[in-house]
Amino acid sequence: MTDSPIPTVRPAAPLIEARNLVKTYTMGDQTVHALRGVSLDIAEGDFVAIMGASGSGKSTLMNILGCLDLPTSGEYRLAGEEVEGLAPDALASIRNRRIGFVFQQFNLLPRTSALENVELPMVYAGVKAAQRREKAQAALQRVGLGERGGHTPSELSGGQQQRVAIARALVNDPALILADEPTGALDSKTSEDIMTLLTELNRQGMTVVIVTHETDIAAWARRKLVFRDGEIVEDRRQAGHGGRIAGKLESDPNLSQGNGGRIPIPDGERPVGSQTSTESGSDPDSRSVHGAVP
Amino acid sequence: MNFFAPFRIALRALAANTLRSILTMLGIIIGVAAVITMIAVGSGATKRVQEQMKGLGSNIMLVIPGGITAGGVRLGAQTGQGLTEEDALAIAREVPEVQVAAPSSRTGAQVVAGNTNWSTSIFGTTNDYLEAREWPLEGGRAFDAADIQGSAKVAIIGQTVARELFGDADPLDQVIRVKKIPVTVIGILSKKGQNSMGQDQDDVVIVPISTYRNRIQGGTAGKLKRIGSISVKVREGQSMKVAEENIKELLRQRFKVQPGAEDPFAIRNLTEILQAQEASSRIMTLLLAAVAGISLIIGGIGIMNIMLVSVTERTREIGLRMAVGARGRDILAQFLIEAVTLSLIGGAIGVVLGAIATWSVGYFAGWQVSMSLGSILLAAGFSAFVGVFFGFYPAHRASKLLPIQALRYE
Repeated sequence: MTDSPIPTVRPAAPLIEARNLVKTYTMGDQTVHALRGVSLDIAEGDFVAIMGASGSGKSTLMNILGCLDLPTSGEYRLAGEEVEGLAPDALASIRNRRIGFVFQQFNLLPRTSALENVELPMVYAGVKAAQRREKAQAALQRVGLGERGGHTPSELSGGQQQRVAIARALVNDPALILADEPTGALDSKTSEDIMTLLTELNRQGMTVVIVTHETDIAAWARRKLVFRDGEIVEDRRQAGHGGRIAGKLESDPNLSQGNGGRIPIPDGERPVGSQTSTESGSDPDSRSVHGAVP
Repeated sequence: MNFFAPFRIALRALAANTLRSILTMLGIIIGVAAVITMIAVGSGATKRVQEQMKGLGSNIMLVIPGGITAGGVRLGAQTGQGLTEEDALAIAREVPEVQVAAPSSRTGAQVVAGNTNWSTSIFGTTNDYLEAREWPLEGGRAFDAADIQGSAKVAIIGQTVARELFGDADPLDQVIRVKKIPVTVIGILSKKGQNSMGQDQDDVVIVPISTYRNRIQGGTAGKLKRIGSISVKVREGQSMKVAEENIKELLRQRFKVQPGAEDPFAIRNLTEILQAQEASSRIMTLLLAAVAGISLIIGGIGIMNIMLVSVTERTREIGLRMAVGARGRDILAQFLIEAVTLSLIGGAIGVVLGAIATWSVGYFAGWQVSMSLGSILLAAGFSAFVGVFFGFYPAHRASKLLPIQALRYE
């Protein structure tokens, strides 16, 4: 990103700086190279989709970016903080404060109310009970489930469960939301609702990274990375759907609230590196960048 | 996180999963209750056997006069010079292992009360006899010193005699005639039942030995002093063998028996019964230990299984908790508190249930049961240990995983 012109705002340190990330697994006597030296910068406020077939390494990268997994080698800085070599407790603290996770299978605690599920990260952050309840309620309001706090996951639809998971992800005001196949278990209409919600959160200033293998989901993002065999084979800027849904969001009181004070997203539709901007980004064969950025 | 947060997290997790918590506790409850009941029933059985053995009088010896040889013909027992009350006193006084030595004589006689009569055994003896036989009174009183000294016309009667002579009426203070001598019933023996030979031990009238000697027995002066036998009770914990040797030596001295000559008396003890008792109580103890051990192992395996399964099944939950910021020690604290809580509550319910089951077995099956503090502590302690260990261990293992490994755990 360093050579990418950013004309409207001052150049800030990227939220994510990854250098030469390598991840190898040993399965029996076979060594699997999940990541083969991936370097990547993601600016604060960006909306990135990581695509690729299963086994391409996209989820591995996501897990390392989320401090859920550790790279075999390479450097990773999150918000200027060196991550590798940190103790497990320090990593837990980073996950708690800086990262919100959204999983394909929602991963809500069963038989536990939506409100309590949303409170969970704050429990580990040491937030007082009254404040926890208040913030969790606000987060549920933000995802349009203000009235459903008392329901358990089994009483909610898949889309509603994923909204609870998103509320849980954003309740500690993280800088980064990582969503691993957030729509993988949802139908297309519900998927659109979830992507609308993530786009809105991005518009409010949160950096959103999603992993998906569906091109129409990836099309919502403003930057698309394509993985193949543990390497980034494509990295391009695209229009995203942020503009398309803007009008709809403003008419939806649940989704448009709380949109103040966050920085606007710069150079959203510019290409990255040598890649020319194109709307045919959904074509997997249109890649022209091999290897890593920059 | 403050100090109480792990407690809240753990208790909330338990409350949110009521069914799982109950099932987990059920393993502990059944384990504890089973062990307590098993041990109570087993040790009750051991106790009952021991008591039965004791009732047989395993620490009792009988000294009887031996036979004599007259003109090459060996005559039967009690034909020799005979034992006297003094011999009994000497044994009680000089053999330290002996607790009591009771002289007794017996004869068969008809007893009459009102217009009823009954043929029974008449025993002349002292209170020591009742002590030696461990035969308490059911009503009335034992002989007092004046009775023994003064050949009082009093009697203690067995249950069978009481029933045959008086039916349902109270025999106390009634007068019965024994060989035409009127004696007053002052005491009633408790029920003893049949002896090992099938004789009814309750079919007996006991009078003071002096009364027997002076009023009932009759006969010449020399014969008067003779008694039928001496019942010796050996002190608790003393060797029967040593006591027997000492009694033998004392009597040989008293009878001035030449070395190598035959004893003019015989000592019968219940060695065989003693050996049988020892063997059976050893077997019962072994059986009890085996039952308790197997119960503990089965209970432990049950607890281990449910704990391992329920915690391992929650590896994904652990992964999620770590993903949203739980540290390893937060996970450990939660699962440790959960395991301890389940073990404590389950253990307490198990103890109560075990007590109820023990009582029920005792009440409905009529078995003797004996619940001991030791068995409760053993059962509850072992179950708690197994519960906490196998609740904690998989959580400990999971907390050492990378969050993604825990999240992906199948």
